[in-house]
Amino acid sequence: MTIAISVRNLGKQYQIGAAETRFRYNLLRDVLVDTVYAPVRLAKAAIGKSDRRNNQNFVWALKDISFDVEEGRVLGIVGRNGAGKSTLLKILSRVTEPTEGTVSVRGRVGSLLEVGTGFHPELTGRENIYMNGAILGMKRTEIDKKFDEMVDFSEVGQFIDTPVKRYSSGMYLRLAFAVAAHLEPEILVVDEVLAVGDAEFQRKCLGKMNDVAQQGRTVLFVSHNMSAILRLTQESIVLKKGEMIKRAPTPEAVDFYLASGQAGSGERIWEADEIPASSAPFRPIRLLLKDRTGKIVDTVRSTEPVTVTWEYQLTAPITGLRVGMYLNTMRGEYVFTAFDTDDAKQYEQFGARQPGRYISCCTIPADFFNEGRYTLGVNASSFGVRRYFMDESAISFNVDISGAPGMQWPEIRQGPIRPRLDWKIEKLD
Amino acid sequence: MTELTKHEPTTIYIKPTKGLAALNLRDLWTYRELIYFMVWRDVKVKYKQTLLGMAWAVVQPIMTMIVFTFVFDKVAKLPTEGIPYPVFSFTGLLPWGLFATALNQGSRSLVMHNNMVTKIYFPRLILPMSAVFAGLVDFFISFIILIGLMVYYKVTPAWGQLWTLPLFLVLALVTALGVALWLSAINVKYRDVNQALPFITQFWLLATPVAYSFSNLSKKAQLVLSLNPMTGVVNGFRWALLGTDTGPDLMFWISVGISLMIFVTGLFYFRSMERTFADTI
Repeated sequence: MTIAISVRNLGKQYQIGAAETRFRYNLLRDVLVDTVYAPVRLAKAAIGKSDRRNNQNFVWALKDISFDVEEGRVLGIVGRNGAGKSTLLKILSRVTEPTEGTVSVRGRVGSLLEVGTGFHPELTGRENIYMNGAILGMKRTEIDKKFDEMVDFSEVGQFIDTPVKRYSSGMYLRLAFAVAAHLEPEILVVDEVLAVGDAEFQRKCLGKMNDVAQQGRTVLFVSHNMSAILRLTQESIVLKKGEMIKRAPTPEAVDFYLASGQAGSGERIWEADEIPASSAPFRPIRLLLKDRTGKIVDTVRSTEPVTVTWEYQLTAPITGLRVGMYLNTMRGEYVFTAFDTDDAKQYEQFGARQPGRYISCCTIPADFFNEGRYTLGVNASSFGVRRYFMDESAISFNVDISGAPGMQWPEIRQGPIRPRLDWKIEKLD
Repeated sequence: MTELTKHEPTTIYIKPTKGLAALNLRDLWTYRELIYFMVWRDVKVKYKQTLLGMAWAVVQPIMTMIVFTFVFDKVAKLPTEGIPYPVFSFTGLLPWGLFATALNQGSRSLVMHNNMVTKIYFPRLILPMSAVFAGLVDFFISFIILIGLMVYYKVTPAWGQLWTLPLFLVLALVTALGVALWLSAINVKYRDVNQALPFITQFWLLATPVAYSFSNLSKKAQLVLSLNPMTGVVNGFRWALLGTDTGPDLMFWISVGISLMIFVTGLFYFRSMERTFADTI
């Protein structure tokens, strides 16, 4: 077999400051101030009081990664947020450069992470297909040839000459995906695209990916969705904190991933500077997501109950307090809202709370979640008086549905919940 | 797929680049269609949902010309080597408009398209380049106005040197691209560029003999102004079109030299910063 992708000792170092620029732009002023202080820092370093910042400014997003992928294989990449999955794909698709190591890639790399890039709302569907195709590296003749196929796939039909700003988000997404899906690269990388779109669309995406794989092209598939990984890949690698900790046939790799401690990610800790001053006297400390055994998890098995624990501090007494959570799907639909003093008796006892540290804790029963990713938001308020604190996306987590009802049919089940109902079947005559 | 198997796919090697990056012009050639599409999109989208549409390309320079004519001709009565002031200033405004648009759009191009930069590989040079080229459409529309103005004011073009005009146009583009390369790359890291751009443009306009005549300045002032590459461009335009006595001389070549220097250093600066664009933008 020929090797399609060969990765050797790949490493990528980021400056922590660089990540922050998304929120606070590097200002020339800061650099000027920094420059002025440089001699002071040097002097401090010279007398042994070295500046801590120098060592802490860099992190390795990927470190010493080596693997080969044979042509025509579908490789799954799993790991929790920040494990380096996206960085790896970005290096493979040449968006960013590695800091060390080499990669050789045989053929064109196309990725579904670029769905809709370069789309302009004022341009029509037709114009955007050409624009987007060119951005993805297609030749004009190539786009001409596949144009009808793309329009068919996207199902936008007669709206192809309407500006895309008039499209529904579903149409927009389908059109964008149609272009990316018809790029026909030798190597396809897919990253989390399945988190968007409706179930029907997701099914289509997975189908397309499957086609690609069957045509003998190489696919790298990154997902938090373990059942999709299991269904679509034969082999997977597991990344943890930038290092490759496992490469194995997918079932084994997924088991290893689910079993290996996910600690830390099913946890949200609020730093002092993340809490607005207006939230006093309420101060959130941390929110934990735990499985049946009490382990902190970011992937929940739908067949097991999960415990949500919110720890917080009151610096002054609050009356009428209710502390609770919202559960959302990744598409932003509310699944439910619940508060710790919903129960009248609880409210009598804890409606007025004295200063001190508290936890509010509840259990979401087994057989509740459907496949996919959910976001948990938190809220502390006194009804009709004041909202002290709110964080609409405190934690997000994935649900693994192995063992859920209806798994014998490999399909995506509609709806945000997947209850195990007590069906009775009777024969009437 | 059948088509793909026909030819052997090329292997791409990805490794960290060190030191001065190679220009990789071949890559740019492979993606030449993208430049065309980007320019086409910019032009197409620019005047969408405006009442006047493409007419804006005409209105803007004409209004500036009218203001200039009032202030510098009627009030300040600046000498213009015997050429009617509207024609005189419009000839300067033509390359200036191209330069100003290219400078502004080009410098913001990377930041404006940050979703492309962070998601897809393509030669990043395409972004400032296509922003600069997109200004050409406005330029040609204004050019037609200039011809109209020259006919109206009965100004005969300098037939003998008219052929040099495209060369000055190229010089204007090279200058604009050179500056845009520097500023767009800096802008990725320091958004101060966005803030400084209106000021830079305004200051640069005053330091370029658009509203006033270069020949009427003192020798010292001329020498200082020739450090500005746009001085050479504007003077060249007037010389090629109107036959003013600002033909290529030593000072012109100083302008050209500086322009080329900005361009070449800009190219290398851009290429060496390129590797971190996706991380810092």
